[in-house]
Amino acid sequence: MRRLALVVALFLAQPLLADSNLPPAYWSNRQLPDPAQEAKAQALMAELRCLVCQGQSIADSDAELAGDMRDLVRRRIAAGEPPAAIRAWLVQRYGSWISYRPTSELAAWPLWLAPLALLIVGAFLIRRRIRLKARR
Amino acid sequence: MSRAVRFAPLALLLVLIAGLVWRLATPPSSDVSSKLAGKPLPAFALPAMLPGKLGLTSRDFTSGRPRLINVFASWCVPCIEEAAVLQQLKARGVGIDGIAIRDRPEDVAVFLARNGDPYERIGSDRQSDVQIALGSSGVPESFIIDGRGVIRYQHIGAIKAGDVPMILGKLEQAR
Repeated sequence: MRRLALVVALFLAQPLLADSNLPPAYWSNRQLPDPAQEAKAQALMAELRCLVCQGQSIADSDAELAGDMRDLVRRRIAAGEPPAAIRAWLVQRYGSWISYRPTSELAAWPLWLAPLALLIVGAFLIRRRIRLKARR
Repeated sequence: MSRAVRFAPLALLLVLIAGLVWRLATPPSSDVSSKLAGKPLPAFALPAMLPGKLGLTSRDFTSGRPRLINVFASWCVPCIEEAAVLQQLKARGVGIDGIAIRDRPEDVAVFLARNGDPYERIGSDRQSDVQIALGSSGVPESFIIDGRGVIRYQHIGAIKAGDVPMILGKLEQAR
């Protein structure tokens, strides 16, 4: 019984192994003293994808790397770097994958055109419906 | 309404389900590759992790010979298995430098004593700063840098014993 408990405890402890022993970076869970700068940082962090829990933003993720990225964003914002430059710096390293904000590159065109296409299809369907009714 | 139009939504649904089943059966790789391959190593200077072993700077990679940077950590489980393979590479004459992510000297010392020490220099990256600058997204990862300081290849995940000939080939190409 005790051995079983030990095995279970070891299994439960496993996720801890994936984390380091160092405390989170200074600015990872701390707001910048200047509210305007903090607002800029928050807006950017909400649009940057976490490299570990892909699908979350670094603002939402508890991963250590996300914490380090929040620290990096806040440090750079505090140093006066514009958010667009920080985003570009990260895109240079990880590709546009890292940013949630849709770009104007070719791969993103369907995203921009889809609403327009749906609107046209909708208008077409309505027109047909009206015509059918008028005929009756 | 013609029969074809009436069945269009059903057909669409089937296409959607087929797509979802396909992606569930063969999930796309979640690896994030660095876009810096083929570009110069970003400038960095990391302090030494251990007394008696030099830290790591980007200037160490202009010696004329290709080198391997291994991004690792003492708290990383796959790194244990990789350490033995790195020892093999070192025995073949490969120059290997380490970047220890979010680590403490005492932990790295224990890790190296237990698993072997293939590193010529080890830089301490306490806040993953250089890891992010390299476009690396986890541990372990390795980068092959040619003699002029240009990143030639990124290896995501542990270098396995079977990867040794490929890595040696990449180093040869980077010469």
